[in-house]
Amino acid sequence: MTLFTELTIFVLAAFVGFEVISKVPTTLHTPLMSQTNAIHGIVMLGGLIVVGYANDPLEYVIGTIAIAFGTINIIGGFMVTDRMLGMFSKKPKPKAEDGEGDSS
Amino acid sequence: MIAEAVLKPGGDAATALYIVSFSMFIFGVRRGTHPTTAKQGNMIAAGGMAIAVVTTLLLDGIGNWGLIAIGLAVGAAVGVIASVRVQMTQMPQMVALYNGVGGGAVALIAWSEIRHGIGEIDAGTIASIPLDTLIPVLFAAVVGSVSFWGSNIAFAKLQDLIPTRPLAVPGQQVVNALLLVGIVAACVDIALNHGDPSQGLFIAILIAAALLGNLVVLPIGGADMPVVISLLNAFTGLSAAAAGFALENVALIVAGTLVGSSGTILTMEMATAMNRSVANILFAGFGGAPAGGKGVTEERPVTSIGAQDAAIKLAYADSVVIVPGYGLAVAQAQHAIKEVADALEKRGVPVNYAIHPVAGRMPGHMNVLLAEADVPYEQLKEMEEINPEMPRTDVAVVIGANDVTNPAAKDDPDSPIAGMPIIEVDQAQQAIVIKRSLSPGFAGIDNDLFYAPNTSMLFGDAKQAASDIASEIQGL
Repeated sequence: MTLFTELTIFVLAAFVGFEVISKVPTTLHTPLMSQTNAIHGIVMLGGLIVVGYANDPLEYVIGTIAIAFGTINIIGGFMVTDRMLGMFSKKPKPKAEDGEGDSS
Repeated sequence: MIAEAVLKPGGDAATALYIVSFSMFIFGVRRGTHPTTAKQGNMIAAGGMAIAVVTTLLLDGIGNWGLIAIGLAVGAAVGVIASVRVQMTQMPQMVALYNGVGGGAVALIAWSEIRHGIGEIDAGTIASIPLDTLIPVLFAAVVGSVSFWGSNIAFAKLQDLIPTRPLAVPGQQVVNALLLVGIVAACVDIALNHGDPSQGLFIAILIAAALLGNLVVLPIGGADMPVVISLLNAFTGLSAAAAGFALENVALIVAGTLVGSSGTILTMEMATAMNRSVANILFAGFGGAPAGGKGVTEERPVTSIGAQDAAIKLAYADSVVIVPGYGLAVAQAQHAIKEVADALEKRGVPVNYAIHPVAGRMPGHMNVLLAEADVPYEQLKEMEEINPEMPRTDVAVVIGANDVTNPAAKDDPDSPIAGMPIIEVDQAQQAIVIKRSLSPGFAGIDNDLFYAPNTSMLFGDAKQAASDIASEIQGL
């Protein structure tokens, strides 16, 4: 890919991002943030490439930490988003079972 | 044979799969525009991520499987435990931490890219690191390191590990500016010497950026955290996009840009909600010294009521609007206030919630807290939606909120919060304010609402007061 192909992708993605995300209502901004956090975990691919082709000890360490960091983003981000969105999609009148349990 | 099913790095098959992956991200976020479809959207985005990861693992020549497995296992374990254990009040910390590790990963990848390039130069494979790789790598390193350290400080502040009040250090602007100039100069030096870049200088850049991240976030107070977290979110996104440029990976470029756009939009919305510029929030250390407001401490009469009177006012109202603030989250009163709303609805009193954009510690935080307490999202009204309804509202209940209801923002052009959009509680027929004391809010200014003739103050802990009101209403 040439630099200008990449820049084209970047600029178009920025416009798409602005269009799509400005339609997300305020109510869902926290799940949006944790979801974009998870998507950001895609940098883990960089870690995979580093470790996958590495042949010196420092790169092993750097890359493995990067993989771990990225995986925290991906797994933690998508899971916590799912948990939050589950609260929003609850039926209006559920029996309040575990409601009080979380407060401490 | 699975072992044979390898993809050529940068080849058509791999790129096609990355395109599928980022399309699923965009589609997933698009499904996030409504609460009923958002959960499914999140699954779609997660599926896109799975495709991206598997594609990369299938790239030709990828090795060191043991290390990859360790990284994946550690990351997955931490991610699962954190996401299951975190309380909804702690979401801002969690997001700050995720921002941090994301930025950290980018900075580390940038470092190894530089090492890789230097190694190839030493081996004689290439004469120099091409600038269209080197410049994105430098950008990724700086922004990644700033957001790693900045996010960690934000986390520590939100978790009360370090003081949340603004920590102002004299001459700090100068130090920050010097650090920034130094970082840019070092980057330029590396770019100019791209035939023989110094790794030592690169590490110095990482360290200087780390210092900058610390110094920029340390002076920022707790109530400005929504802006800081959104901004760091935008930063990590852009750093991922830069890493995508360096690695020539479309999925990274698009995903990073998507996150960057999201963070930017949220940053601007939060700043608008406070009527302050992003620069002012980052560099002014607001709220440390109350400007002038301290002098006006003359005794003004307030109407104080108890839980029973408040319950009667509410029970016989035609409509009630609840205005929650961060104090509600601190007191863990979201379930108690829901009990009040339930008791009122049982009596046929319609209840809505007015949510100020900066009511919590991150964008949309209050909505999540109330959703956790089973408040239906239809009742969560945005500021623009509820303000026209305020004059027709019988009783507005302010719980744990202060500055976001202060009419001085509209009426007093000299007020430090002048021009900040507020929930117009003063327009309601009556207001009940549940608060520990008359102490001023974060902005350090008196709230005229408390002294208005149609305002009643109910002094006490938000959770206790709300439970008392709920049981009084049930007893009527």
